[in-house]
Amino acid sequence: MARVKFLCDADRCIECNACVTACKNEHEVPWGINRRRVVTINDGKPGERSVSMACMHCTDAPCAAVCPVSCFYTTADAVVLHSKDLCIGCGYCFYACPFGAPQYPKVGNFGSRGKMDKCTYCAGGPEADSTPAEYAKYGANRLAEGKLPICAEMCSTKSLLAGDGAIIAEIYKERVMKRGYGSGMWGWKTAYSDSPTG
Amino acid sequence: MSISISKLRAVCAAIALLFAVAHPAAAQLSFKPTAEAVQEDQLLKALKEGDKISGRISIPDPMASSLIQPAGREWRDFQRSKLPVIGAVAIIGMFALLAVFLMIRGRIRVDHGFAGIKILRFASFERFTHWLTASCFIILALSGLNISFGRVLILPLFGPEAFSTLTAWGKIAHNYLAFPFMLGLVMMFLIWIKDNIPSKLDLEWIKQGGGILANGKHPPARRFNAGQKGIFWIVIIGGALMSLSGWYLLFPYIPANVTELQFWTVIHAVIAMLFVGVMLAHIYIGSVGMEGAFDAMGTGEVDLNWAKEHHSLWVEEEQAKGRAPDTGSSRPMPAE
Ligand code: HEM
Ligand code: SF4
Ligand code: SF4
Repeated sequence: MARVKFLCDADRCIECNACVTACKNEHEVPWGINRRRVVTINDGKPGERSVSMACMHCTDAPCAAVCPVSCFYTTADAVVLHSKDLCIGCGYCFYACPFGAPQYPKVGNFGSRGKMDKCTYCAGGPEADSTPAEYAKYGANRLAEGKLPICAEMCSTKSLLAGDGAIIAEIYKERVMKRGYGSGMWGWKTAYSDSPTG
Repeated sequence: MSISISKLRAVCAAIALLFAVAHPAAAQLSFKPTAEAVQEDQLLKALKEGDKISGRISIPDPMASSLIQPAGREWRDFQRSKLPVIGAVAIIGMFALLAVFLMIRGRIRVDHGFAGIKILRFASFERFTHWLTASCFIILALSGLNISFGRVLILPLFGPEAFSTLTAWGKIAHNYLAFPFMLGLVMMFLIWIKDNIPSKLDLEWIKQGGGILANGKHPPARRFNAGQKGIFWIVIIGGALMSLSGWYLLFPYIPANVTELQFWTVIHAVIAMLFVGVMLAHIYIGSVGMEGAFDAMGTGEVDLNWAKEHHSLWVEEEQAKGRAPDTGSSRPMPAE
């Protein structure tokens, strides 16, 4: 099985937010929740870069480590998923996540945040694959259909890459070699300790 | 046509000239779109402790503008590696200490036996305040410890569904019982502060180890001895810190960012462990550890001999005020 990852080649990202829109549409993500977002660093200054970020499906994921009810699990492809039936909406995964990935349906005082929602790498949840029950809670299960995440598939500049970590890292490195520059594999050091397979 | 061919030609020549002049200049600039590009590596290296890389975001959620916050990893390590150690030392350690103490010292008896005469120690309002705070504390402690360690200790026993339901209820209990707990804390502070101001007498009490280490030795004390004053201040200060840190967790949109939330959870969790440890000792001495002590908070009335042994000066004050039976002597009476 592959170790799948996301990689955003920030030197190609044009901050069009197509990935964000595609994600929202594909999974019918509710208003107020953004599984993916585009952050612009040094906005308006020379050398600004935009990075499309969602859950990185970390190695040894911090969210899973701190969840008080231990509702996370990692698939054979190393996708980090969770069960909304078990989640108690405590917010701990959001505190631990280095990428601000966990989202909540409610602005929650009194711990009334509701069930946590985050990027599933288009891989659904614990319910049976591609069922209406799975779709209602987690959105589409493209992985089960043999497709990659919609955000990366939609990316017009092919900035956002999804797939086997070793392969997309190779593609990125080739690009950097050819064009002679690269602002980095954003988030990889933090999510995977920079290892393409880890 | 009003524009002559020659005029057009002249314009074209001018444009061509412009290009000819401008081109070498452009080549000199040799604009590189990447020369000043931000580098993730440099940004990560420049990060200070607990800081994060953030930028501008077009969605209306300021928290989403944070791109990478490596501190999340450290907080994870705190929750999963450090907190269990702190909890184990404070709680299991205290149990062990108390067990050893019980084995060596045994139950602290009333040296002179019960007098059979009762004296009112805590009025009903005081007892109400104590038990309001205490019952909230116990549920807060159990539901809080379940948040910290339930997934290791209780999840394997109950299975994921039942444990998740239990924890969800525990969280609701924790969130709402925080309020009566805080109320009890304020009431306690108001009704007992006057008896808990440290005084010279306390130094003497501490020097003699409170008299709890040996039989028959009882340093004089007013209404509260130095040990009880210590408990009072630990409850007040610890409770205030729990309330402050808990408040931020309860209303997570007050702290501006995740780093602050992490900070308050660490404060809340660490003080919780120490607090629970100290309260175990308090519960021990108020029940198993000392004969006659529980009555003070149970019925509110304690045996006169117990009172004379542990709070000699207080008994004298009460007798002087006519609120206690005057037995003529401040010495404990022989047992019947
Ligand atoms: C003094 C008694 C209390 C004890 C022993 C206690 C203990 C704990 C513990 C052990 C945790 C889990 C910490 C972790 O693993 O990170 C926790 C979480 C929490 N505590 Fe407390 N706590 C107390 C009082 C309070 C008060 C007064 C408040 C509110 C003002 C509060 C609000 C919270 C909140 C919001 C959480 C986060 C989890 C949740 O949403 O339920 N606690 N507490
Ligand atoms: S990015 Fe955040 S939510 Fe996703 S696996 Fe890592 S810690 Fe968990
Ligand atoms: S919000 Fe849900 S998924 Fe996140 S740590 Fe809490 S219980 Fe686990």
